[in-house]
Amino acid sequence: MSSSIDSLVNREYAYGFVTDIEADTLPPGLSEDVIRLISGKKDEPAWLLDWRLKAYRRWITMKEPHWPNVTYPPIDYQEQSYYSAPRSVKPLQSLDEVDPELLRTYAKLGIPLNEQKMLSGVAVDAIFDSVSVGTTMKTELAALGIVFCSLGEAVREHPDLVRKYLGSVVPYSDNFFAALNSAVFSEGSFVYVPKGVRCPMELSTYFRINQEGTGQFERTLIVADEGSYVSYLEGCTAPKRSTTQLHAAVVELVALKDATIKYSTVQNWYAGDKEGRGGIYNFVTKRGKCAGAGSKISWTQVETGSAITWKYPSVILQGDNSTGEFYSVAVVNNHQQADTGTKMIHIGRNTKSNIVSKGISAGHGQNSYRGRVQVLPKAEGARNYTQCDSMLVGNRCGAHTFPYIEVGNNSAQVEHEASTSKIGEDQIFYLKQRGLSAEQAVSMIVSGFCKEVFKELPMEFALEAQQLLGITLEGSVG
Amino acid sequence: MIESYLRNFEAFSANGGGSAPPAVRSLRLSAITRFETLGFPTTKNEDWHFTSTAPIAETDFSPLTKSARTPDASALSPYRFSAEWHTLVFVNGRYDAGLSGGAALPDGVHVMPLGRAYIELSLVVDEYLGNVASFDAHTFTALNTAFINDGAVIHVRKDVELAVPIHLLFVSDAAAADGVAQPRNLIVLDRHAKATVVESYAGLAPGRYFTNAVTEAVVGEGATLTHLKLQQESADAFHVGTVDVRQARDSHLFSFSFATGGALARTNIYTTLRGEGCGATLNGLYIGDRDQHIDHQTRIEHVAPGCYSRELYKGILDGEAHGVFNGKVFVHPEAQKTDGKQTNNTLLLSEKARIDTKPQLEIFADDVKCTHGATVGRLDETALFYMKSRGVNARLARDLLTYAFAADVLESIECTEVREGLEAATLQRYTRQWAGVLPEHAGSR
Repeated sequence: MSSSIDSLVNREYAYGFVTDIEADTLPPGLSEDVIRLISGKKDEPAWLLDWRLKAYRRWITMKEPHWPNVTYPPIDYQEQSYYSAPRSVKPLQSLDEVDPELLRTYAKLGIPLNEQKMLSGVAVDAIFDSVSVGTTMKTELAALGIVFCSLGEAVREHPDLVRKYLGSVVPYSDNFFAALNSAVFSEGSFVYVPKGVRCPMELSTYFRINQEGTGQFERTLIVADEGSYVSYLEGCTAPKRSTTQLHAAVVELVALKDATIKYSTVQNWYAGDKEGRGGIYNFVTKRGKCAGAGSKISWTQVETGSAITWKYPSVILQGDNSTGEFYSVAVVNNHQQADTGTKMIHIGRNTKSNIVSKGISAGHGQNSYRGRVQVLPKAEGARNYTQCDSMLVGNRCGAHTFPYIEVGNNSAQVEHEASTSKIGEDQIFYLKQRGLSAEQAVSMIVSGFCKEVFKELPMEFALEAQQLLGITLEGSVG
Repeated sequence: MIESYLRNFEAFSANGGGSAPPAVRSLRLSAITRFETLGFPTTKNEDWHFTSTAPIAETDFSPLTKSARTPDASALSPYRFSAEWHTLVFVNGRYDAGLSGGAALPDGVHVMPLGRAYIELSLVVDEYLGNVASFDAHTFTALNTAFINDGAVIHVRKDVELAVPIHLLFVSDAAAADGVAQPRNLIVLDRHAKATVVESYAGLAPGRYFTNAVTEAVVGEGATLTHLKLQQESADAFHVGTVDVRQARDSHLFSFSFATGGALARTNIYTTLRGEGCGATLNGLYIGDRDQHIDHQTRIEHVAPGCYSRELYKGILDGEAHGVFNGKVFVHPEAQKTDGKQTNNTLLLSEKARIDTKPQLEIFADDVKCTHGATVGRLDETALFYMKSRGVNARLARDLLTYAFAADVLESIECTEVREGLEAATLQRYTRQWAGVLPEHAGSR
């Protein structure tokens, strides 16, 4: 077992669970009893417990996959604790207790003091403010019939909806990490938008994280009923202080007839230090199903954090005339590794998908785009356009492209384009000559490179993403 | 049927396996051991993800020996390009002196079957045979290496430029049924040498047989090799053909793979750019119909800086044919200033035809320019519309555009005889029914 995971385990023991929330933390290890205990603590109905147990029984028969283009020391699943309110280990009393490195990052991002406190989990009044903000939002949403709550609450309040859709896109047997998540998922959010309703605001996990604490194994389920629209933001914008930690989340999206779901992520989990020690292993299964005709699912992601990112937000284009989109920026610096991309599975007629992926590698970073565009024989008139560009900064990094194109219908039109190039010396020279530092120049060129993706993000997120990019690439040019 | 190969190997090595030198015998021995360890690849193997080798693995093929009767020279004529060319003919994997021949070779050029090369070109054989095509991870190369027995060796000495192509023609006749032939070729071009080698595989009679060929090529400093591989096996045949090239400084390779035969065919074209200033162009055309499965894998390794590679593969699939293309480009950390471009276009003519394409870039150096592109689709509607607006019958327009799609890549072949031969064959294939409509010269050029 590696020293980094070792220290993770020790760290948890040393600090976390000797506090007053000790009772809520299970000892490390995973067994059917642990799952029963988790389910029991959350007062779950029998069907959900059965589902978790089925997932667990499947999981123990599965092997951890090793096909991605990433390397990491083996994970000992029995050394992890599966029930703990993970990041709210101990409420901090003041900002003085927060890692100063973290505060500097916040300052660079321009996050106001109150928000800084919220993000670092400091127990101050601001949090109550935000709770009340959350509540006002909730009433407003409820008036439209929109359900936006934690998955646990949804299981109690809307069991029929949850039962109908949970696991309908990512079955518990889907893959190793999805099975693990299905067995032990602790929290997550649930959104249901009723027929014909256009959700008036961007829904965000931002508040939820602070209210309830985020889990290592969260599970998100979003259902957009016929003709509805929802835009959902997943903010992992807070850099988390942590050593190597597994984050195996599952996100399921269901879009019924003519519904649209837009899902944006800005992921900036802790990436480990310059030597590649620590950081989050972000092994996430994200998948959407365009179940009804004319539906649309759009994924936008900006991946700047995590020691290892391994995820493929996908769309199953089942309904006729449905659309899937994927816009991604993945940045790796220092010793970060990313193997990310998408899957577009064309099943219905006249289905369309559009993929734009921008990869930036710096330092010793390794960045892989892995995508699959599959056109099944019945997908008459399917159309896909893929563009995937990589940029290399420095000569110790790597950029890799693994596109799989599988076409089984001759009326389909599939195009794939990829390019890899160095950051332009002449561009840097031009900007330096205009008075910018080399670092600012790189940051500016990179934002230009990623513009196509950033324009898909909601305004505030786009700004934040650009700044994050600058921070991630800091120190990558001499 | 790994066991049957192992049994055959016992028999093969017991009766001497020809008069091979000891180094070749020990090479065979390590290859059969590796083959036994590797076994046949399954679709879980990333390199064989879209191609199942089960039909080959589950058949008990017997090793082919010298054919009892030589096929008629006339049966071979459709596959010959010119009487001028120096041609080596192999029937069911065995060299046939009677059918071989052609113009005399200039000084400094040696072309001979492997058996003779063991003695006359022993230095070349010792140095290169088995050293270019690694069988560590390649089952079929391991299998071929274990049964090295016949094939062609070509050696072109320093500064010699060969004006006329050398033709290696591998034919399988009715006696090949249920047998396996494993030809092994070696091409060595010394410094500043230049040669064109046409390697073609043809089935003379229907029947199921298996060809597992490996060609190794060494292109010396500043040398230029043109390698054209034409695969026209019979409809039920299985074909696995690997071409593995090693390029030294400032050398150039032009490779073309034309694949249209066989029930299950896989062609591997690999090249390693080991010295600065190399260039490699890998082009190809695959044409499939019925339930053919035609697979190509190419790999370009940019090891040294300042090299370029160009790749264009096109495919036309009809019926229930299944095409596979996997093009890999690796750029090593030292290979700065690499310029790579790869394109794969596939035309699907029928509803049941399918293609799996995987262009793959792996880049570890920063100062590079690499692009790849892939398209899959039907004929361009606007081009069809244009032709119809000019009074061309819709069917004819379709057929002509299909031919034009293929001709685009065939044009890149410099060797006139091969280019025109393939163009004529492709035109004939797609415009057969217009024999009376098209001007006379178009079909018979």
